Amino acid sequence: MTTQATAPTGIPEGFTPDLLDYMLHQMLFMRRFEERTGEMYTKGKIRGFLHLYIGEEACAVGSISALQPQDGLITHYREHGHAIARGIDPKRIMAELFGREGGTSRGRGGSMHIFDKERRMFGGHAIVGGHMPVAVGLALADKKLGKDAVTMCVFGDGGVAEGEFHEALNLSSLWKTPVLWFCENNGYGMGLPLEKSIANDIYKLAEAYRMPSIRVDGMDVIGVRQATDEALKHIRAGNGPYFIEAMTYRYRGHSMADAELYRTKEEVTEMRKNDAIERLKQRMTGAGLLDDAKWDALVERVEREVAECIDWADASPQPQISTLFDDVYRE
Amino acid sequence: MPELRMREALREALREEMLRDDRVFLMGEDIGAYGGSYTVTRGLLDEFGPERVIDTPIAESGVVGAGIGAAINGLRPMVEIMTINFSFVAFDQIINNASKFLYMSGGQFNVPLVLRMAAGGGSQLGATHSHSLEGLYAHFPGLKVVCPSNPADAKGLLKRAFRDENPVIFIEHSALYSLKGEVPDDADYVLEFGKARVLREGTDVTIVGYGGSVHQALRSAAMLEDQEQLSAEVIDLRTLRPLDIDTVIQSVKKTNRCVVVEDDWQFGGFAGEISAQVMERAFDWLDAPVARVSGKDVPMPYNRNLEFAALPSEEDVVEAVLAML
Repeated sequence: MTTQATAPTGIPEGFTPDLLDYMLHQMLFMRRFEERTGEMYTKGKIRGFLHLYIGEEACAVGSISALQPQDGLITHYREHGHAIARGIDPKRIMAELFGREGGTSRGRGGSMHIFDKERRMFGGHAIVGGHMPVAVGLALADKKLGKDAVTMCVFGDGGVAEGEFHEALNLSSLWKTPVLWFCENNGYGMGLPLEKSIANDIYKLAEAYRMPSIRVDGMDVIGVRQATDEALKHIRAGNGPYFIEAMTYRYRGHSMADAELYRTKEEVTEMRKNDAIERLKQRMTGAGLLDDAKWDALVERVEREVAECIDWADASPQPQISTLFDDVYRE
Repeated sequence: MPELRMREALREALREEMLRDDRVFLMGEDIGAYGGSYTVTRGLLDEFGPERVIDTPIAESGVVGAGIGAAINGLRPMVEIMTINFSFVAFDQIINNASKFLYMSGGQFNVPLVLRMAAGGGSQLGATHSHSLEGLYAHFPGLKVVCPSNPADAKGLLKRAFRDENPVIFIEHSALYSLKGEVPDDADYVLEFGKARVLREGTDVTIVGYGGSVHQALRSAAMLEDQEQLSAEVIDLRTLRPLDIDTVIQSVKKTNRCVVVEDDWQFGGFAGEISAQVMERAFDWLDAPVARVSGKDVPMPYNRNLEFAALPSEEDVVEAVLAML
């Protein structure tokens, strides 16, 4: 299966106005959150590495919105969007980026390491591909404990060339662990274009490990959600893992330190014409579910919500130096 | 008390922990049908079935990573890495994931994983199959490192490892698997981590070892007594992290001399750590610099004579002691 030749229009069955409103809000929130995060980095409020998710929102929202509370999520280091989509309080996510005590990891993790036990978010991982075997184990435990839970593992196209990708896919298929492998293919592993990184179409690699594997348009939130629903149905029926490759694009550099020498401005401009938020906006407008007034109100709401995250994060205290050794070991 | 070989004592610990706790399961290369490359797990597949004794593919990184995930998500896995040499393949998982998950998550997710592996040279297995890397693993905060020297300790410490909330690197010296010793058969027999043991009391020198090197220490102490009329105190560290340095310091304050014995390479190694801590805490009691008797600074040669020369021996320890008198 390949990317659909023409972008779908209309609203398919099952996508209620509430769900569409939710998805539009989530995507817009993520984008504004990341734009403001970039500003905070420039202001020095956020340090270290910062990888913005702008452009890829439909992947997180379309897929993670389909998960149940008992499901697990483990992902890579461009994960602010995933954490938001999973329902983690974005104030605490922002506070983590600020390195504050109120952050998801009390300021110990940083941008690349967002965890939340309550929402079963098992990180934010910054060794490319290194979290994939862990996903197999998370799912293995759920299976052994008889839980009706799926582990969704998100990774980028850059992770596919790592050995751990192949070990993890192989084990998940051999052991029929309930894993949803979700590849966000944004075309570049840092600055390396896909064709210099992977010798085959990514979804075909998963087929070789005998699991259903599809490629979807990652700029179509509705399509991503439909594919994810289908995948989860398959996995929950006890059939083992499922693989989705979502074709997407990142508008900003790999990190804030990226001079983007490896691609042209024209390419980015061209790809932005396929913007996921714009596409959902048009589909909702076409179906009479959105008008200018509602859109403006949404934009205003998101602006306020993100501002609240920043204010909350900035008001959160610095961790006490006396807590430096907390949580190296558990007693 | 029954007398068991160390491999049998380890097997008893695994079996008892599996009976005690349903969450315990085992993964590893050829640990099931084959019986384990050092036969530690022989018979456990028949007793507990393939759900709890999983024969894995040769994929150390994938399997250790799966162990980490299962540990985080409610189970108590033991992963056997056939030998410590192959743990390099899983290094990313052990270091970047197992040792840091708790800290990076701000205390939310701990990793109660037991990683067993055989170590040590002496069997002419050449440079890639003869490593002793205990000190390397002890370097990382977040890991615990256990090195038993005898069957009873092996059992008591392995049972303790399954009750720990943190990743435990459990290193078994391959030359000790057939070593016999009395082993308590009480199901509640569990040893604490971070408690060194004085195996032999003495007054002239403290000889510190762990795992396999404890036996060189004991043999050299006997030689010192027989040949030189010197009284050596021998300490078995048992765990490198947590480290019971107090027992070593207490002994050095009595003997005023210290030799550390290990199979591992000397340069940047664990004997250097012991030496530094003794210097920091007992400098005024030392009559001579702390001596290190370690594996020689070469990749392990295959040839029997060369390999013998590369490993520390009891004669090396005796020589080191005589040099400090």
